Amino acid sequence: MTGAAPSLPASATGLFSGRSRSERRRIWVDRLMTLVASLAAASLLISLLTIIAFVVVSGLPYIDEQFLTKETIGYGEGGALAAMLGSLQMVPLATLIGAPIGILGGIYLAEARPSRISYTIRVATEVLAGLPSVVIGVFAFTFLVAPRGSYSALAGSVALAVIMIPIVARSTEEIVRLVPGSVREAALALGIPVWKTVLRVIVRTALAGILATVMLAVARIAGETAPLILTAVGNQATNVGDFLSPMDSLPTFIWYASGQPSDLLVGQAWAAALILMLFVLIANILVRGRTAGRRRTN
Amino acid sequence: MNQVAGSIEPRSDTLFRWLLAAVGLAILGLLLAIVALLFVGSGDVFRTFGLDFIFSSTWDVSAAIYGALPFIAGTVATSVLAMVIAIPLGILTAVFLSEMAPSWLAVPMTFAVELIAALPSVIVGLFGLFVLSVITSELIETPIVTGLGALPFLGSGTGGADLMTASLILALMVTPTIVAITQEVFATIPQVHREAMLGLGGTRWEVVRKVILPLSRAGITGAAILALGRAMGETMAVAMTIGNIDQVPTGLFDPAQTIASKIALNFNEASLGLEKNSLIALGLVLMFVTVAMVLVARVLVRGRSLADLGVQGQ
Repeated sequence: MTGAAPSLPASATGLFSGRSRSERRRIWVDRLMTLVASLAAASLLISLLTIIAFVVVSGLPYIDEQFLTKETIGYGEGGALAAMLGSLQMVPLATLIGAPIGILGGIYLAEARPSRISYTIRVATEVLAGLPSVVIGVFAFTFLVAPRGSYSALAGSVALAVIMIPIVARSTEEIVRLVPGSVREAALALGIPVWKTVLRVIVRTALAGILATVMLAVARIAGETAPLILTAVGNQATNVGDFLSPMDSLPTFIWYASGQPSDLLVGQAWAAALILMLFVLIANILVRGRTAGRRRTN
Repeated sequence: MNQVAGSIEPRSDTLFRWLLAAVGLAILGLLLAIVALLFVGSGDVFRTFGLDFIFSSTWDVSAAIYGALPFIAGTVATSVLAMVIAIPLGILTAVFLSEMAPSWLAVPMTFAVELIAALPSVIVGLFGLFVLSVITSELIETPIVTGLGALPFLGSGTGGADLMTASLILALMVTPTIVAITQEVFATIPQVHREAMLGLGGTRWEVVRKVILPLSRAGITGAAILALGRAMGETMAVAMTIGNIDQVPTGLFDPAQTIASKIALNFNEASLGLEKNSLIALGLVLMFVTVAMVLVARVLVRGRSLADLGVQGQ
């Protein structure tokens, strides 16, 4: 926004012939700091591109038939099928649990009258969003693993859902609040009850944004590792449908395989990272690519 | 339709209101349940060790003595070092993206910074483990240690997986948080403030230095504290780069351990009872610290900065 503003030093020299020493110093400082700031931004961009490049270059050669079809991790002949199938089960289950609670919670935050209770719930949502995922993993362990005495995909999904809820709730609140008051008033003026106004008019208007939010949260939990290490690991064989037993996943596969003294397994860790990264980046680009410019110019 | 005299609310709306409130209360209940279960799960750790759990540096499974000091020290050291890098880097990046760069450059770069935050921790950790730690080991640590010996505050490690590598990785991971919030804070500053400074003959940097940054101080402080909370809780990337030695680090090149990495690495093998409970107690400590960070940051980002601006805004 200020980028388009005319550069001031130039116009100043147009007005006054010659520059005083202090003026020259100020222009020099301005240029220097512009350079420093641009280098800071560039260093972040370069870091991102470096990580992406390493994952692609190291992982791509290992995405082969063996990686995609062999079920379990193994020296010489393993693959990541079980891990991929595990992620494809635990993440959707977590979304089924977490997204509805998150969306309704977000609608509550947007619709609730200001009160001590609604304020407390808002703070609780923010605190929940700030909890480290490893803490949520410890919670899921004490809640679902310890009493049963067995690690399970269900405990993993619940941990992921707990991570998802505050993310979805906070963004849903923001999106619902963006729906113009006139839309709401128009519906209410027609005598439509509040619940119908909210669900059929306001949520309908905000639906694209809410779905985008859920998509971002799915991308976030798909990469969560620590909570699954504490709740769902212990079985690297294919597990389809048995949510009460341990289940492997792509993030835990990366974690385990990267620690093994085997070029193949380390390579497969990069391959799994590549698949996970592609999913996360594509989800983010699809969702945020459209809105990236809009927010800046608000 | 409505039975309650004086109320014009249809019964379906009352029901809807209660449903939403129930979900809201469930979220509150979830947070309370997490706090309660971590307390219960810690068992008699705090009763057994008292404050020694926090201040003792012995974590000896065979002797059943558990002291969290090495992990608390590791957490504080990595996150503070990360913030030393991330705060200036984040503020300068936000300044460039919001106040200096033309929008054709700023929009895609802002998006790229958001993508850094979206990268899964385990992938950043993989990069740290196989790429960055090799670089720090071979280009920084080995030349310094072989050339100059063990220096104070640096140490004699050359392994690459240590405090420095973990802090660099952490810095990269939390900088996007600082950039995003700082940019949001900048966006709340009315354009006339910038124009006034430019109109007085200020340069672009003087606008930033004398108008933007002073007005954003509370918001940026909040962003930094929020990022500090994130850094303390970050698990996988740290667990993969810090070297995983249970000791209080004395130098940048020393391997160490954080609360989060200790939990992630040892939880599965820990036997039920005091050892597992001690790891859960570590989680409890981490939770309290990060909750405190969120609450302080909340006041700074939402409360003061906006109030300050409200007074001075148009």
